[in-house]
Amino acid sequence: MHSVVCIKQVPDVTEVKIDPETNTLVRVGVPSIVNPYDMNALEEALRLKDQYGGKVTVITMGPPMAEEILNKAVGHGADEGILLSDRAFAGADTLATSYVLSTAVAKISEEEKVDLIFCGKQAIDGDTAQVGPGIAARLKMPLLTYINGVQECDPEQNKIVVKRKVKSGYEITQTQMPAVITSNRDINDVRYETMPDLIKAARFKAKVWGNKELQLDQKQLGLNGSPTMVRDIFAPEEKQGGEKIHFNPDKPEETVDMIVNKLVPSVVVPN
Amino acid sequence: MSLTINAKKCIGCGICVQVCPVDALDLVNGIAVVDMEKCIKCGKCVKVCPTSAIDLEGYIKPKDTKPKKVVTAEEASEKCSGVWVLIEQSDGVVAEVSWELLGEARKLSKDLQAEVVGVLLGDQVEEMIPDCFAYGADTVYVIDDPVLKEYRTEPYSEALSMLVNKYSPEIILLGATTLGRDLAGHTATLVRTGLTADCTDLSIEQDTRLLRQTRPAFGGNVMATIVCTDHRPQMATVRPKVMDMPEYQKGSEGKIIRETIDIKEDDVMTKILEKVKEASGGVYLDKADIIVAAGKGVGTKENMKLVEELADVLGGTLGASRAAVEAGWIDVAHQVGQTGFTVRPKLYISIGISGAIQHLVGMQTSDTIIAINTDENASIFNVADYGIVGDLQQIVPLLTEAFRKKLSS
Repeated sequence: MHSVVCIKQVPDVTEVKIDPETNTLVRVGVPSIVNPYDMNALEEALRLKDQYGGKVTVITMGPPMAEEILNKAVGHGADEGILLSDRAFAGADTLATSYVLSTAVAKISEEEKVDLIFCGKQAIDGDTAQVGPGIAARLKMPLLTYINGVQECDPEQNKIVVKRKVKSGYEITQTQMPAVITSNRDINDVRYETMPDLIKAARFKAKVWGNKELQLDQKQLGLNGSPTMVRDIFAPEEKQGGEKIHFNPDKPEETVDMIVNKLVPSVVVPN
Repeated sequence: MSLTINAKKCIGCGICVQVCPVDALDLVNGIAVVDMEKCIKCGKCVKVCPTSAIDLEGYIKPKDTKPKKVVTAEEASEKCSGVWVLIEQSDGVVAEVSWELLGEARKLSKDLQAEVVGVLLGDQVEEMIPDCFAYGADTVYVIDDPVLKEYRTEPYSEALSMLVNKYSPEIILLGATTLGRDLAGHTATLVRTGLTADCTDLSIEQDTRLLRQTRPAFGGNVMATIVCTDHRPQMATVRPKVMDMPEYQKGSEGKIIRETIDIKEDDVMTKILEKVKEASGGVYLDKADIIVAAGKGVGTKENMKLVEELADVLGGTLGASRAAVEAGWIDVAHQVGQTGFTVRPKLYISIGISGAIQHLVGMQTSDTIIAINTDENASIFNVADYGIVGDLQQIVPLLTEAFRKKLSS
């Protein structure tokens, strides 16, 4: 079993806030993290390796500093890490990103056949969930999104069965490998780093592939290869808010009755 | 001559850092910083900055970041036309978001003078066609084939891209549901066009006929308007409950165009072995008329009972902020917000929720919002119709009791 896990370095968006006075983003000290969904995808790939043997390769596209997340993945047990970095990749939207990632996967597979490609369901900075489907479309592989775990895997028969989260519940779905899988977040607990892996990570030096190695069409890369562009950026509109009532513990009924009388029966209908 | 970076406009995307030929730019604390000793003032960073945050004295930014073919109205409508909506259905039931999108497509089509098209894919979907017309479609494209019985990416994406290549729509809208996001991401790549996820607002730019697609970015902290200038179709997914439901015009008629696909069951590698209905305890937040939601301020799992009792009395559904879910007080199936559900109930009662923007984007269009919080400066009060400043442990039980009395009287 050879799995490739696509991971992304993202700002910890939960730490990004708006300065209420200047109405601008406050991002001082916002840390960069591995997209949380990708860590669960990595964990799922590592579990398959534990069970069936083989190898886990992690790849990421980003600036040189993104190398640190590959080291982190190695610390959790990944065997190999490749940084896809080139000035020509900069400013890529999801279409141009899936171009680079899918070409890298194809190149990896030439050297050592890839059975599964894992992605997180989405990245927390863009929340698009588009890159996984894009990779599958480009590589003409089956796609299983929103998986809640691999149930069965048969490397001999190239068969995999997963549990997929859908609106009405779950689906147990089978497909042929090689396939692309995107994973939900609450599907597993990401393992702790072990001392040997941490030592390996500390010494680990990721391979770097730029456009020299990947030989991609310049027109499909980065900004040039991105059909979508940002027209405007603005702060979300803030509503003014309605009536504010200070609760008076000495006259509790006053507040409560007022609210109830406003809502019943116009909003809350007795039945 | 010097280069300045407006820290207020900078969104820390890092594009400038990557295009700088001499490594003069760097991201420090998420904001671009220039080293003037290295800078050669080539202007490349100014050109690529999506928010015009970089100024170089004496350098005038070209009008667009890349050579743009100006698409005139005539040209665009010659090559591509129609505002398409994917009619999402499963087991004979159409997802409501599809109707909401037909309503939105109708608005867009007025500016474009284009027809509204429903795309109906599935097995035995004939009886859903009249509803497509009733909710505003001028034309319905139908592919009715057993291979499309259950949703699987391969046959659906093949069917949709076949239609796109044959009929060249100008715009395609899909619901930002599990199915819609899966299909949109795949099809957009097959037909090599741009796709914007999770839009909350759509409009047509007058001179260019471009679809302005507005969506939250950075977990909802900023809004970004995206355009897709020279690829067609322009594709977008839209969350359920964001757009208004159009009026149902019974008996409306339109054109039906039937198509077929070549793909056979044996060609499809993915098989659904089993379907398991709902395991999340029957939480249908998106369908609820009344939601009572708990946040971090509830404080303990025990206090959740107070919230549950109020929800019970009102016949409402429990909701939660991300903080309450992460604290382990309530299942993730109840989460409202950017990473959870977008809801639009008649009544939303928010208890102990401060109102992080991630949460607000998921509930602020509710008809009536009541907020209870001890901190009178909490941002939840900005979206509330009635805000009660005080201790929820005192207020919620009284409120529950008062509703109980009033509703039984």
